[in-house]
Amino acid sequence: MGFSKEQLLARLKELQIPFVTYEHPVVMTVDAQDKKNRLYIISALADTRVDLKVLSTRLGLGKGGLRMAPEETLQEILQVPLGCVTPFSVINESARLVLISRHSASSSRVEDTEQSHISLLLDQGFRAQDCCFFHPLSNDMTICKRKRMVVRLSGFDFLKEISTALKSQDLDKFLRSIGKESPYVDLEANPPVGKDQPPDLASFVPSGSTVLPDPPETASSNLPSSTNHTSLDDKSPVVTAKVAKTSSNSQKVDGKPSKAVNPSVSSFSSGQLLDEIVDKAATLVLSEITKDTINQHGEQLGLVVSNSIRKYLGSELKYLAVIYKNTAYTEGFHAGIHYQPKRL
Amino acid sequence: MENNAKQEEEKGEVVVNPWEVSSTTGKIDYDKLIDKFGCQRLEETLIQRVERLTSQPPHVFLRRGVFFAHRDFNEILDAYERGEKFYLYTGRGPSSEALHLGHLVPFMFTKYLQDTFKVPLVIQLTDDEKCIWKNLSVEESQRLARENAKDIIACGFDITRTFIFSDFDFVGGAFYKNMVKVAKCVTVNKVVGIFGFTNEDIIAKISFPPVQAVPSFPSSFPHLFSGRDNLRCLIPCAIDQDPYFRMTRDVAPRLGYQKPALIESAFFPALQGETGKMSASDPNSAIYVTDSGKDIKNKVNKYAFSGGQDSIENHRKYGANLEVDIPVKYLSFFLEDDAEVEHIKKEYGAGRMLTGEVKKRLIEVLTEVVERHRRARAAVTEEMVDAFMAVRPMPNMFN
Repeated sequence: MGFSKEQLLARLKELQIPFVTYEHPVVMTVDAQDKKNRLYIISALADTRVDLKVLSTRLGLGKGGLRMAPEETLQEILQVPLGCVTPFSVINESARLVLISRHSASSSRVEDTEQSHISLLLDQGFRAQDCCFFHPLSNDMTICKRKRMVVRLSGFDFLKEISTALKSQDLDKFLRSIGKESPYVDLEANPPVGKDQPPDLASFVPSGSTVLPDPPETASSNLPSSTNHTSLDDKSPVVTAKVAKTSSNSQKVDGKPSKAVNPSVSSFSSGQLLDEIVDKAATLVLSEITKDTINQHGEQLGLVVSNSIRKYLGSELKYLAVIYKNTAYTEGFHAGIHYQPKRL
Repeated sequence: MENNAKQEEEKGEVVVNPWEVSSTTGKIDYDKLIDKFGCQRLEETLIQRVERLTSQPPHVFLRRGVFFAHRDFNEILDAYERGEKFYLYTGRGPSSEALHLGHLVPFMFTKYLQDTFKVPLVIQLTDDEKCIWKNLSVEESQRLARENAKDIIACGFDITRTFIFSDFDFVGGAFYKNMVKVAKCVTVNKVVGIFGFTNEDIIAKISFPPVQAVPSFPSSFPHLFSGRDNLRCLIPCAIDQDPYFRMTRDVAPRLGYQKPALIESAFFPALQGETGKMSASDPNSAIYVTDSGKDIKNKVNKYAFSGGQDSIENHRKYGANLEVDIPVKYLSFFLEDDAEVEHIKKEYGAGRMLTGEVKKRLIEVLTEVVERHRRARAAVTEEMVDAFMAVRPMPNMFN
């Protein structure tokens, strides 16, 4: 389900990012994809020259790595029509998590699943600009960022495009709220890339964490993958920027200690935290009780399983608890420093 | 003693100071270093004492000899036994955004100390030091300090008893008063002897050491420790930081303060081996906390220096050289299960286990460490960093 422009504007309002509507000239965006089908959105000012070949080398993809993305990919993943790809399109949940599986076969087995994001590159010139304009997910409107809220409306009939003004750090705020850092890049630069100088934009190449392959017999006990908890779903205080994390397939590591690597979900609510703890314990218990271990330990199996829970889960869960505690304290602290004393 | 240190450095043997760690022979002789610096070995008896006092198993790093030297740690334990508390002080020089596992070692150990002894912790981010030595701009070093703070927080420190501060933000007030007091007790000759400064060095360098010294004194943090001037300090750090605290311990009695205690770690080896240098410009010399599972697998398989023999027959015959083998060394840092580590060492040393298997196990262990860190890191927000770095009271810091 893609975001509509109303939802986007509502979201911006929620984040208390001030915006004003405006008319203005448009910004160019380039939608590119590389050989491994990773997508890049490159947003540049109208007069910045963007050379795909140079960018390709700077990203570490070699000289011909980047090419324009086909329209179907845009439709499917970014859910915007052609010409409307903008930094805001990364708000769509589908854009944040793209599952590319090789040979998605009939079995439930997924081999070598790679998860990647769309990588967003913004012209560093945006930061210097008073105003930058982006289509907010539809081509009859544009969002613009402006340092000051000066509104000069020279007649609404000229305004084919209404836009919203945001301060430059507010775009950053928005991007952070959906889990993207501010990826400002000098798009015109052409630094030499060689053995001694690694590709300077290599960090922008989306690389999810590749998880270890899934042994088929434990596939059923794995938790569903790709539940991407985005900050938009959390009922979180408006100003706190939460980072949306990608989830990974829950895995069993082959070998003696059967540990479950669970989806990295930000446990901000106590319900989620407890669910996760219970899930982890349950999967561990299930993995420990097999035919072999029943034969091996017999009546002692209960003791063995509980010891292994203590050993493996103990420290794991303590980490979770610390994260939860720190988050709760931070939210309280933040509320405290913004507290407005009662008017007398 | 400082003059001897200088002479030995000139002989080209082993150089260990906060800005340089190198050895002409490649390997660092830790026994010699302990003698040279004048600190003490962390004996097995002390480790057992920690276990008894805290009723918890000692940390992996203690059991495996990663933290191997100390100054006055036994006195801290004596005081603790009497019911007297202490506080922890550690820090990081934020020179780069990318942190690798070696950087996390002191923090992982400090977290263990905080949890088992239930004491407060101050963490100093020496952004000024990096601004001076690495010639970064003030803004850049401050930015790096904040970024590094996030990774440090991700190590799992308790926000109700941890105060993180950056020098540029915090120096002043009582902290600065202590800095001047310390600086009044140390001559130029002394710092030249300890740190190797020269007449051509900028005065910023020469005036920096007090900044790293004064967090050892509780009066530097009036918002935390006011009225507790006798509170002792324990400093977990890598052994190359010892010079700062030799100087501090020398000065403390003259100021009427307690000498800080230290507990020191060995150096984390580079992937390519003891002789290799871990450097920020070579991404393959270490495992970074931002590495993906695939990166880790690739780095370990391709670059981790193996002590195995060159052919399978030779390996079965002679076994592996555990002294130089990096996968085994890394496993001894990060694999918790003592029995398994012993087993691997035995089988691999005898030639029954192959390098590939050891590397495979290492990849699993490291992937888990990095994953856990990444997950914790993702939960760190800007507001959380602000909260950790806020000058605020910590009412339950000793409970």
